[in-house]
Amino acid sequence: MSYSSSSRILLSSQRESRISRFRAWVMVVVPLLAILFQIYVPLFFPFAHFLDMPLLVVVYFALMKRSQISGLLVGAFVGLAQDSLSKTPLGIFGIVDTLVGYFAASVGLRLDVDHAFIRLLLAFFFFVFHEVMYWVLARALLGQMLALDPERILIQGLLNAAVGISLYHFLDRLRETA
Amino acid sequence: MESFLNRYRNLTVLLLVIFAQLVLLAVQVKNAQDVRMIRVWAVSAVTPAARVMEWFRGGSIGFVRNYILMHDASEENRHLRDELGRTRMENTFLRNELATAERAKALQLFEAHTPSKMLAASIIGTGAGANSKVVFISRGSAEGVMRGMAVVTPDGIVGEVIAAYPTASEVLLVTDPDFAAGVIGQKSQVRGTLKGQGNPMCKVDYVPPGEKVQAGEVFYTSGDDRIFPRGFTVGVARVVRPAQPFQEILVEPAGLQHGLEDVLIILDPVHQSIPAAPPANQPVFLAPAPPENPAPAATTGDASPSATPSPAAGTDADKLRAIYQSVGAAENHNFGTGPPGTKPPDFTKLPSSPLPPPAPGAANAPKTATGGRAPASTQHAEPRPATVARPPVPAAKKSVTPPAVAPNAGETAKPPEPRPAAVKPPAKQPPPAPPPQQQ
Repeated sequence: MSYSSSSRILLSSQRESRISRFRAWVMVVVPLLAILFQIYVPLFFPFAHFLDMPLLVVVYFALMKRSQISGLLVGAFVGLAQDSLSKTPLGIFGIVDTLVGYFAASVGLRLDVDHAFIRLLLAFFFFVFHEVMYWVLARALLGQMLALDPERILIQGLLNAAVGISLYHFLDRLRETA
Repeated sequence: MESFLNRYRNLTVLLLVIFAQLVLLAVQVKNAQDVRMIRVWAVSAVTPAARVMEWFRGGSIGFVRNYILMHDASEENRHLRDELGRTRMENTFLRNELATAERAKALQLFEAHTPSKMLAASIIGTGAGANSKVVFISRGSAEGVMRGMAVVTPDGIVGEVIAAYPTASEVLLVTDPDFAAGVIGQKSQVRGTLKGQGNPMCKVDYVPPGEKVQAGEVFYTSGDDRIFPRGFTVGVARVVRPAQPFQEILVEPAGLQHGLEDVLIILDPVHQSIPAAPPANQPVFLAPAPPENPAPAATTGDASPSATPSPAAGTDADKLRAIYQSVGAAENHNFGTGPPGTKPPDFTKLPSSPLPPPAPGAANAPKTATGGRAPASTQHAEPRPATVARPPVPAAKKSVTPPAVAPNAGETAKPPEPRPAAVKPPAKQPPPAPPPQQQ
């Protein structure tokens, strides 16, 4: 997938947006594998902690499905699964990922999400959005005085965006061909 | 509406999903007071509305009573009813004001005489559960109320704060089956655990059968539960039955006897000592005074209860006391009146039984008139404080004297059996009349 310097990153109309379709097992297995990766791989490779694979998968499906309801549902299910596997109360990751899925789908309607640079920017943006929203909700709803480390968030956002590019390139192959 | 939802379908679904997860979150998360957030939100949302509704209800009722209902009456009746109604309302208002002032004064006095730091609150609602004995009070975490704090009244303990919300708190009453507190008996010093039973009586559990607990004994908080400080009145034991493995002791909680309107929350508990006697402002039974000049029982054979008790009818101490008094009377010694250095009677040769009274001439002597062998009537005729040890009286007389068991003020004293008079000054007894029959 190559883009010329004159390729557009903004869609001029809704007609130009292509709704990607995935098989049902892809919609189930890929988030499941992402969650398994999140809870299993860091046991052996601690540096993998910086990766937020479920978030990257939510962003990908929301962007590619171009449906806000689908995006928020994927975000809600993945977030609740993350909550159930973590010590946080059920709903914190669910709410954050729901918002991520909704806004990612909203952005996907306006932008050409097949563009690699757009994907890089969106993955970085939604990672930062995810971290800030989690901090806000934990502080407002749970009363947890978490520290907000902008430097860490920015670095991890860049790393996640870089990994996300490769991940999205792999997930593109799982799309159903028209 | 449908078109609106269709138009904003995506946003509606988003809000629904977010709301569902917020509810899910609120069900699980507890705040610093260990109360679930959904309850905090629910109570915070409901109690202000309940206050507003109560304000409107009171205002509406007053408006209806004062204006609307009287508007349709005839002119003459309206005038009379208006005057009567106003008088009644004023009377009710003044009674309520007086009752409120008395309660406030009682709370203030109690608070001033109690070392613990307290916060006054009023009851604003009761629990919704059919079997739950809980109430809501008007003070919450914003005023420093925390879960686990004790709630009392001047009469006794009321309950424990089980949830503190920002504007209100939930109090578990002593009668709730989930309530428990450590208590200690005043006389027996026996320790037990007070438990609610869901009815007006509470149970003192874990008292072994060997402990001597009698009906009428007052129980106080022991301070062992880390909730109630030691020394607060709990209640009076009304039923004591032997049972296995522990005695069955039913206590009437003192704090709930007169209804609940105003309470005190103990913010900073300070332990107190257990009073040696129940509060002193209760009526004390005094037996009727004996007649003025009864003849000594030993000489006249009078069997009246007010006569000097025969040694056989008293205890060993009574017998010994009678012997000493007889020896002193035989030597014309007046006990308790001699100046320092006065020669005491010769007690080196004590008889085995009291000596016979001195001759009538000697009995009329001034010293003998108030001596140890003098009739009991001459001693009892003098007014004496209620706390003075009761002199020996005949067994029949003792048996009719009801015990003073009530721990609280006069209105709380509930003797187990009705009695003719709570307090009878001795001076009002007719001197020449025969001894009154108590039975």
